[in-house]
Amino acid sequence: MSGERRFSEVGRERRRIDGIGLVTGAALYTDDHDMPGMLAAKVLRSPHAHARIVSIDASRARALAGVRAALTWEDVPRVAFTGAGQGCPEPSPYDKFILDRKVRFVGDEVAAVAAETSEIAEKALTLIRVEYEPLEPIFDPRESMRPGAPVIHDEPEWEIPIPVEMDPRRNLCGRADVTIGDMARGFAEADLVLEAEYENQYAQHVANEPHITISWLDAQNRLVILSSTQVPFHVRRIVARALQIPVKRIRVIKPRIGGGFGSKQDIVTEPICAALTLATGRPVRLQLTREEVFASSRTRHPTSTRLKTGIRRDGALTAIEMECLQTAGPYGTHGLTVLTNTGSKILPLFRCPNVRFNAWSVYTNQSQGGAYRGYGGTQSGLAVNIQMDEMARAIGMDPPDLYRKLHIREGEGSPVFEALGEGAEGHAMTIGSCGLASCIDIAVRESGWAGKRNRPGEGRFRRGIGMAVMMQGSSIPKIDMASCSIKMNEDGSFNLLCGATDIGTGSDTVMAKIAAEVLGVRTDDVIVHSSDTDLTPFDVGAYASSTTYLSGMAAMRCAEKVAAQIRAVAAEMLEEAADGIALRDGKAVGAGGEVTLARVGSRSLYEKDQHQIAAFASAFSDQSPPPFSAHTAEVEVDTETGLVRVVRYVTATDCGVAVNPLLAEGQAEGAALNGISYALSERYIYNAKGRLLNASFGTYGVYFMKDLPEMRTFLVPTYEPSGPFGAKSIAEVCINGPCPAISNAIFDAVGLRLRRPPYTPETVWRALRSQTP
Amino acid sequence: MKITFTINGARKTVEARPCEPLLDVLRREGYKGAKFGCGQGFCGACTVLLDGEPVNSCLLLAGLVEGREITTIEGIGGVDRLHPIQEAYLDAGAVQCGYCTPGLVLATKALLDRNADPGDGEIREALDGNYCRCTGYVKIVDAVKLAAERMKGTGG
Repeated sequence: MSGERRFSEVGRERRRIDGIGLVTGAALYTDDHDMPGMLAAKVLRSPHAHARIVSIDASRARALAGVRAALTWEDVPRVAFTGAGQGCPEPSPYDKFILDRKVRFVGDEVAAVAAETSEIAEKALTLIRVEYEPLEPIFDPRESMRPGAPVIHDEPEWEIPIPVEMDPRRNLCGRADVTIGDMARGFAEADLVLEAEYENQYAQHVANEPHITISWLDAQNRLVILSSTQVPFHVRRIVARALQIPVKRIRVIKPRIGGGFGSKQDIVTEPICAALTLATGRPVRLQLTREEVFASSRTRHPTSTRLKTGIRRDGALTAIEMECLQTAGPYGTHGLTVLTNTGSKILPLFRCPNVRFNAWSVYTNQSQGGAYRGYGGTQSGLAVNIQMDEMARAIGMDPPDLYRKLHIREGEGSPVFEALGEGAEGHAMTIGSCGLASCIDIAVRESGWAGKRNRPGEGRFRRGIGMAVMMQGSSIPKIDMASCSIKMNEDGSFNLLCGATDIGTGSDTVMAKIAAEVLGVRTDDVIVHSSDTDLTPFDVGAYASSTTYLSGMAAMRCAEKVAAQIRAVAAEMLEEAADGIALRDGKAVGAGGEVTLARVGSRSLYEKDQHQIAAFASAFSDQSPPPFSAHTAEVEVDTETGLVRVVRYVTATDCGVAVNPLLAEGQAEGAALNGISYALSERYIYNAKGRLLNASFGTYGVYFMKDLPEMRTFLVPTYEPSGPFGAKSIAEVCINGPCPAISNAIFDAVGLRLRRPPYTPETVWRALRSQTP
Repeated sequence: MKITFTINGARKTVEARPCEPLLDVLRREGYKGAKFGCGQGFCGACTVLLDGEPVNSCLLLAGLVEGREITTIEGIGGVDRLHPIQEAYLDAGAVQCGYCTPGLVLATKALLDRNADPGDGEIREALDGNYCRCTGYVKIVDAVKLAAERMKGTGG
C-alpha cells in the first residue's frame, strides 16, 4: 500500500530543522539562560526511608548571610497534588505536597533554600534542624500488602480524582482485574500449561541533562517557569494547584531539552523552584545533582509477574493468566497507568480466547516510580517473550513460527483493547496496519537465525540467539489532545506554533515536514516554535508515543485549513476556481496559470482584501494504532566469568510511514541500546535502610560507546490509515525487546533460563555453577 | 585569582576562585556549549580540548590551564560556518537531544586530528568518554566515518 504513495517531503531524508544550533552549542537549554540576580536553590533531603517530622527549625538557615528564603512544610500550601504529568483528572493519586511533615523515602524533600550562591545554599541546609520520628519502612511490595503493615499515606488530604480502586490504608495505589473468556476451560483445553515468575528491576532514565528549572516574576507579577520538561501545559496546571495561584498567572517555557525518556513527564523541580521565587520575588535556579536525579527523581516501576499460559501442540494459545505486583514507590505517580499498560501493551498482541490480567500496585519506601519509555510494555514484554521461548521449546516449534502463528493481524481487534485502557476500561480498536510478519522475517533473515539457533558450540565461549516481539501504542485514545497554529508570511514561509514538546526526538522536524507536505513547500520553509504556554496552543506533551501520530495529525489538519485559504486568494489572482488549484513547489498551480506562494502571501498582507492567512487545528483520536517490532539478540556467554556479550542485535520495526527515516532509526537504536544496558547491567543497589548506594554514572551501569554491539536497524513500511500520511509512532516500542531477547539467547547458549534482569556476570556465573550437570 | 590562557585562538584573562572547575568558569564567560551532565567526570557533556586533547572540564581546576590552549565547541564552527564534522553529525542523523553533541564533536576533532582514517575500534575507544542516551551511538560512529571521508585531502 505504501509503495503507491509519493510524498515530496514526508519520508525523504532531511536534516533536522533545529540541527545547526545543536551541533554548534548555540541552542539554549534551561541552564544556558542567565537571569540577573538569580538565586541558587538547594533541597534538604530525608536520611530516613519513612519518618514523621516532629519538629523543623530553619531559623538559623534564614539568618545566614546570603540566604533569601528557607522553606519547610509550614511555609507552603497544604494542598495534595500528583507530580504525574498526565491529563486531567489524573489517574494518579493526589498524595504529594510541595513539602510535607512526613518523609517516605531516603532522598525525599524536607526543606528548600534559595541563596545568593549555591555554596551558601548548601551551607544553609546544614543549619536546618529537623527532629524525625522514624517509622517502620517497607521495601518489599509483598510486605506492603500484609494486613497491619505500616501505612505510608495516612494524610487525610489523600485523594484519587477518578473512580478507581485505590486504598492508602492498605498501601494500595492501583488495581486491575480483567477476565476475558473462561480461564478454567482455557487451561483445560491446553496440551501444556507453563507457569513461572519474572521480575524487572528499577532503572533510571539517565537523560544527559539533569532536571532543572529556572523561575522568575515578570513585569506583570506573573510567574514564569523555564524548565526541562516534557509537559509544559501539565506543569502549568499542576504548579497552579500546588501553589494555589491561578493558571493565568503562570507561563511555562520549554527551551531545548537534553533528553527525557519519561523522567521529565513529571513535575519534579518546578513546584519548589516556583515556591522559592514567590517567597523571594527573585529569579531562582534549581538543578538536581546527578546523585539527586538517581535517588530522588523517577524510576521504572519494578514488577513481579507470575505468568501462566496454556498452549496446544499446534501452537494455539488457550489461556493466558498474568498476575502482576508492581512497586509504586513512595508516591503513586503513573503507578496505576503503568500497571494497566503492563497488560494492555502485550496481551492484545497474541490471539488467545481466554485472558486474565490481575494486578496490584503498592506503595513502598524506596525510589519513586514514574513514566519510563516502554511504560509497562517493558515489564510484561520480559515475561511474555521469555515464556513464548519456553513454550516454543516445549512444543518443539521455532519461536519465529510460533510468533507468526499467534500475532494479531491487520483488520483484527482484541477484546483486551476494550477491557484494559489507561487505568480504566479501554476502547475497541481494529488494527489498521500491521507489518509484524515482515518484521519477523527480516529479523530472522538478517540475524542468520537458522544457522545460529541451537548451535552453542563447545568450550568456554558459547553462542546463542533469541527473539522477542513487541507493540506499543500511538497516543492515549480519547484522552490526549494536540493542537497547532500556522500563519503565512509574505515570502511564502510559514510559522508553525505547537505545544508538542521536542525534547530531542526531532518532533519539530516531523511537524514541519507534515505541514510542508500539505502546503507544497520545502521543510525549511516551515519555521517551528515549541513550546510556550503563552504562545503555543495546547498539547499534552511528549509522552505515550503520541507526537508524530497525534500532533502530526494536528499539523496536517492545520496546514489543510491554511492551504484552503491560500487557494482562495490564488483563485482570485488566477481568476479560476479554488478547487482546481494545487499547491506544489512553493506555488499555487491552477489549470491556466500559477502564482508563487510569496505572491499570495504578499498580496494577502499588503495588497488586496488584506488579512492574515492563518489557522488553528486540534487532533484527538479514539484509536492508538500500535507500532510493532521484532528483535533478535545473538550473545556470547563466557562460561568461566559469566560475562554475556551481545554480538549482534537486530531490530525490525513497523512504525507506519517513517516521516523522517534517519530520525526514526535513531529512535529504534537509542531505545534498543537503552534496553540492552538495562538487560545486562543497569540496576539500583540499596542498603538495608533503603539508601541508594550506586547513584552515579560510574556505578549504575549505563552503556558507553565501547559497549555497543553490532546493531542492525530496519524500518518496515506500512501505511496507517488513521495517521498523518500513514504515520504511527516509534519512540518507545524498541526498549521492550532486549530483556527477553537476550534472556532467550542466553538459554540458547548455555541452557540457563534467566527471568530476572540484569544478567550480570555474577548472576550468570552463579546460575551456571548451580546448574545440574 | 587571575588565569590567562588561549581560548579558540585568542588570549584571555579571567577571574576564578582557587578551586573552581574550568566548566564553571567557561560557562560564566559565555562558552555555553560545554554542558553540565554529572560533575563527576563520567558523562563527557563538559568536554573541551586542552592542547588538542579532550578533557572533562567539570573536573579540571581552572587554575591548571594557565598558559595553555583551550578549544570549545564555539571554536570549531558557528551557525554561519559549520565545520565538516558538524555537517557530518547532521547528515548522519547523529544528533537527537544535542546535549552530548558539542563534547562528541570535540572528541571527534581530537581523534581525526591525530588519525585521519580511524577504524571502528579506534572510534569507539576515542569517543568512549562521551555518554549519549538518545542515539545508541550507532549513527555517531557513522558520523565520524562520514566526517573522516569528507575531510580526506582537505587537511582538516
